[in-house]
Amino acid sequence: MRRLDPYLPIVGVAGLIVLWYVAVWVKIVDPVLLPLPTDTFRALWTGMIGGKLGSDFLHTVERTVLATIIASAIAIPLGIFLGASERLYRSVEFVIDFFRSTPASAMFPLFLVLFGVGDRTKISVAAFGAALVILFNVAYGVMNARKTRLLAAKVMGASRLRVLMDVTLLESLPQTFVGLRNGVSLALVIVVVAEMFIGSTDGLGNRVFEAQQIFAMPDMYAAIFAAGALGYGLNLMFLLLERRFVHWSGK
Amino acid sequence: MRAGSEPPSDAAATTSPPAHVTIRALSKRFGDTTVYNDFDLDIPRGKLISIFGPNGCGKSTLINMIAGLIPVDAGQILFDGKPLSAIKFGYVFQNYREALFPWLRSFDNIEYPLRLMHMPKPDRRKRVERLVARLGVAVDLGRYPYELSGGQQQLVSIMRALVVEPEILFLDEPFSALDYEMTLFMREQLQRVFLETQTTTVLVSHDLEEAIYLADYVLLLSRHPARIADYVSVAAARPRNDETLSRTDFVATKAHCLEIFQREVSRA
Repeated sequence: MRRLDPYLPIVGVAGLIVLWYVAVWVKIVDPVLLPLPTDTFRALWTGMIGGKLGSDFLHTVERTVLATIIASAIAIPLGIFLGASERLYRSVEFVIDFFRSTPASAMFPLFLVLFGVGDRTKISVAAFGAALVILFNVAYGVMNARKTRLLAAKVMGASRLRVLMDVTLLESLPQTFVGLRNGVSLALVIVVVAEMFIGSTDGLGNRVFEAQQIFAMPDMYAAIFAAGALGYGLNLMFLLLERRFVHWSGK
Repeated sequence: MRAGSEPPSDAAATTSPPAHVTIRALSKRFGDTTVYNDFDLDIPRGKLISIFGPNGCGKSTLINMIAGLIPVDAGQILFDGKPLSAIKFGYVFQNYREALFPWLRSFDNIEYPLRLMHMPKPDRRKRVERLVARLGVAVDLGRYPYELSGGQQQLVSIMRALVVEPEILFLDEPFSALDYEMTLFMREQLQRVFLETQTTTVLVSHDLEEAIYLADYVLLLSRHPARIADYVSVAAARPRNDETLSRTDFVATKAHCLEIFQREVSRA
């Protein structure tokens, strides 16, 4: 029986699809609002293969990845710098926590004024949100580096710079990956929302919104599933990267 | 107070070989607590000394001050008249799990201090391989520390401390995180290392039997401010083994140490 354990997640998926069929057949919801799973998956398939959904998907990927790269490029070095001195981090902690708690969507109007209507606004708001999450995690990773390990390097004669390069940075990697996973998820959320509202003509958010406007329900569900698959895939990618490069994480 | 702290130290000086480490007028306070006040100690060359005493008396503080991990408030610690910065030393932490680098294979962990000394790679490899052969270590050093047992990890830590060929080796309760079986095994390993290298060794232990079994001298400390309650010479021949533990002179030494320990614990 245990050999079948890896296939357990299929149970939930199958259950959901069965429930969906039942809901359609007993007409719990208006059939216009809830199409058959088969219609939805056909819309997903044809949309992704050569349809507009495929290019929208790629646009969203591009924006999310760009936002995450920009956020990482700023937040990782800054997080290391701030985390290296606990007193320095404590002095800016409130500001970071405050803006980390501010819904990034509330920043859209400001960024619209700064960057105008276009990709730059979407990407920079997403980068802003992701950067704060990554920054916070990197700084904590650096601050929570095991004291014994730092001391071990110091007692062997490592200079402060060597301790930072050889120990602190590697110690902070597991927490940095937590930040990257959360950051990329947040970036995707912000990008999709931005694509829905601010003068967008493409992207998964735009696709969901337009399909809903013209009551093309299979298309709308297809776009939602595509967005879900994207979020899941990005998370999985970072998990695999972490397992590959931070093999000691959690051990 | 003063009278009690002096004679044992003098006695040690007259019965032991020349001092390797000389500690003079050492003082250390943590907040309102005076842990050391005007403390003198000689550590003889090429011997293994164990430090034993009541909880919180400052055993670890003492070796951490000697090894430079904690600054001293006042006083002088010299190694053959030289300061710590002029000598090579090794330090083994109690918590091997947090002291080793999990991102490096065990071999690279051992090699790391040589890298800090800018030794070329081929020389580093040779040095580690020589150490492994000399100690007869049977651990797969190609593995990461987290893939090894606790004892094996601590053995890797000890090798990392020894690879620089230190003049003095410090061990802070190195076996207290291991189970009993592994502790017995590691005692033998440490005895073997000591016989093999004859490095001056300072061991903090919370196990009296272990402290005596491994030591040439047992330093018994009082409650803080720490004084030398006694500095007991352990004469038993090496290599020692399980029989040593039941020999009358060993039992007598243990009884003597325990009596002094009890006296210091009950002194409020």
